[in-house]
Amino acid sequence: MNYYYKAVCSRESLKQIREFVKTALQDFSLTEIAINQIILAVDEVCANLIIHANRCNPQAYIEVNIEKQQEEVVFEIVDKGLPFLDYTNYQSPELTNLIQQGKKGGLGLLIVQKIMDHIEFVSKPEENIWRISKKII
Amino acid sequence: MKLSIKEQKEVYTISIEGDLDASSSISLDKAIAEFLNGEKASTLLMECSSLNYISSAGLGVFIAYLQEFESKKIRLIFLGLNDKVKNIFQIVGLDQLVKIVNSEEEVQDILP
Repeated sequence: MNYYYKAVCSRESLKQIREFVKTALQDFSLTEIAINQIILAVDEVCANLIIHANRCNPQAYIEVNIEKQQEEVVFEIVDKGLPFLDYTNYQSPELTNLIQQGKKGGLGLLIVQKIMDHIEFVSKPEENIWRISKKII
Repeated sequence: MKLSIKEQKEVYTISIEGDLDASSSISLDKAIAEFLNGEKASTLLMECSSLNYISSAGLGVFIAYLQEFESKKIRLIFLGLNDKVKNIFQIVGLDQLVKIVNSEEEVQDILP
């Protein structure tokens, strides 16, 4: 089963994206806490794309695809903005470092890494794809 | 997302209702900045029984102010986190750095 949602690059779209993911995940046998974690991981990727890669440009959009495979749920999030980081060389910050620096940012990808089982980023000339997945069995 | 403020002599309460995400956390940031600039209650109580959801944007607001709270000896307490929100605090490790309580009685026990 596949699900698809297209969202304008505005912060206000994040709530709608979360509702879309929540609706799709109702078909899976997951606890409320697990569903919330997955919603959060997708929210974090989308927020980064909307805010950093596309700078909240209301003319731009991101696409969220959800695919249930045999033992996992796979999210593909596609956009056409500037890649906001080189994920292949990315090191998550430590929480204590963020606190010492008084930083607000840097936490989103840390959360995605802690929640999801697999994270992949592909940058093509015409689009960027974040592929994140979680085992559901 | 809705914020309500209650100012008492020693406890300044911010109640959060709804989702704290990259859209709504901006107003929380302003509310905490106002608290820090205003009258000096020694405790900031985050009343979270109606907080439905939090993302890194919301967590990041608190994280950004933690050192300032410490240096100004301001007690930060979270009251009434639901299981989903508490789980996110645990994933990030913030539950080890802030006080989380489940009832008003526990808040009173902490206050001097």
